[in-house]
Amino acid sequence: MTRPRFALLVMLAVGLLLPVVAAWMGEPFYVRLGTRILVFALAAVSLDLILGYGGMVSFGHAAFVGVGAYVVGVLFVHASEYTPILGLTATQNALIVWPLAAAVAALAAVPIGLISLRTTGVPFIMITLAFAQMLFYLMTGLKAYGGDDGVALWNRNELPDSPALADNTVFYYVTLGILVAVLVAAHRMVRSRFGRVLRGAKDNERRMRALGFPVTRYKLAAFVIAAAIAGLAGALLANATLFVGPQYLHWSRSGDLIVMVVLGGMGTLAGPVVGAAALLLLEEFVPELMNLAKPGLGEHWKIVLGPVLLLLVLYARRGLWGWIAGSRR
Amino acid sequence: MDTLLIAEQALNGLQFGVMLFLMAAGLTLVFGIMDLINLAHGSFYMVGAYLTAAFVGVFDHFLLALLAAVALTALVGLAVEWTALRSFYRRDHLDQVLATFGLILFFNELARIIWGPVPIFLNPPAALAGTVNLFGLQYPAIRLAILGVGVAVALLLWLLIARTRVGMLIRAGATNREMVMALGVDVRLLFSLVFALGAGLAGLAGAMAGPVLAVQVGMGEQILILTFVVIVIGGIGSVRGALAGALLVGMVDTLGRATLPALFRLFLDPAAANGAGGAAASMAIYVLMALVLAIRPRGLFPAG
Repeated sequence: MTRPRFALLVMLAVGLLLPVVAAWMGEPFYVRLGTRILVFALAAVSLDLILGYGGMVSFGHAAFVGVGAYVVGVLFVHASEYTPILGLTATQNALIVWPLAAAVAALAAVPIGLISLRTTGVPFIMITLAFAQMLFYLMTGLKAYGGDDGVALWNRNELPDSPALADNTVFYYVTLGILVAVLVAAHRMVRSRFGRVLRGAKDNERRMRALGFPVTRYKLAAFVIAAAIAGLAGALLANATLFVGPQYLHWSRSGDLIVMVVLGGMGTLAGPVVGAAALLLLEEFVPELMNLAKPGLGEHWKIVLGPVLLLLVLYARRGLWGWIAGSRR
Repeated sequence: MDTLLIAEQALNGLQFGVMLFLMAAGLTLVFGIMDLINLAHGSFYMVGAYLTAAFVGVFDHFLLALLAAVALTALVGLAVEWTALRSFYRRDHLDQVLATFGLILFFNELARIIWGPVPIFLNPPAALAGTVNLFGLQYPAIRLAILGVGVAVALLLWLLIARTRVGMLIRAGATNREMVMALGVDVRLLFSLVFALGAGLAGLAGAMAGPVLAVQVGMGEQILILTFVVIVIGGIGSVRGALAGALLVGMVDTLGRATLPALFRLFLDPAAANGAGGAAASMAIYVLMALVLAIRPRGLFPAG
């Protein structure tokens, strides 16, 4: 068995066994932490599709996560107030709400992608950031849905005739299942003709154009697909935290997603998963360690994270997954 | 009454515009010459504001504090360039984004440790605390001073770039870096100089923002993102574009904030109108940016 394959199996085993171990240890908190890791892994994988495979450095990816979360939040508000939305009764059915979240995020990505993809390089970074900021302000302006404060949800979306999702462990496994399914689909996608064109355009866009590929259309399709997955992640995030607010769209969240992708290893599918786990675990445990050294120090842990990021970029370009999977040659 | 209100808001817009120009000039020069995208440029703005607040406490003299803060911010910029960013000129933009994102986290947390999470409100200097009568409009003297300083600095910057030898090298570097290097110019020194200049200008903007806005952690990123919009609209690398973009964004943002909520009140109830109008005003400049890009993808004054 090759080393990457073995590492993947270990990761899957850890994912499957985590709730069992948490229950045995009597620490249900770890299931919630695990769910958050899975959700952010999903978002990071979607970003890697455009960043790592497509060479599009989007600094606004959290906006699509936020849009997905807001679909859940808006429907929740209408369902709890028994008010119709656009003339329809608001549903809480996960099988409708979650695909809808992905669809709305994809829809938002079409105009944003159309305009942003007129540029490349640094302007693209700045424009995606600016659009994310625009959506951020849009959400803070939605006074009916909490404005700055956001909306606290009383319960999760439901499966038809079943309260199963309310259980944290069930929700964890559902999230894990979605992540694995998306990973498998993404694996096929990046190896398909579509994925090859995308990767070819990353290496040399002019060459792909000269070969006759409508590169911008390919990139737009990838941008929209990535946004749809991010929207799904947003719907799951809202259900995991039982909260929806503008902070999900904050620019620093987009930065976090880039960090996860690069920390884990961009241009790989397992990398962003590892990166999401690493960043969230660091965020969880480094402050505690720092508090041990001096109480109250932990809240300033980002003063450590900042320089560490800089050093990582300087010296560890291939990311954690590159290190786990070993040399490519 | 209404013309006075609009005149006041237009002046506010101009004043905001020159502040944005001070930020954008440095950022666009650094990008034009070194091909470096520096997210931490907003941190220099914050550092300038905090240092001014600190020095006001020491000197008890606003102008002295401001000058000291600007000089020190330029030095901080120089230190950052030497220690952290020099290795990133040859890296791709993603690496630069990540590294300078790390710098933002560092500076924000450092400011939070030194000055705490509570915003600091800086008093304007006594001489500028009152208002000035401009043809019947009572306008705050401090804002007028900011406008004046901004215009003066913009002129100086133009003189520096258009009329001096260093400026010539800067322009040449922005157009064709390799050629300037091949001609035997010490590009490293030029880079450091430009970076320190940009940091100083950002520090100046921050120092002047202190008495108008609150000095707080996160203020740098707020203006940084607006600055990005400015230079994307103006055309990256172009100082002329930065000026045009800054004034445009300053005006649209300020006038949008002044008029849109009132406009929304015409067809919405007041509470909803304030929310929607405020959000629409915040979004106005991004819509402007989208429009400009849809027509001219490389900005109004593309460089090079």
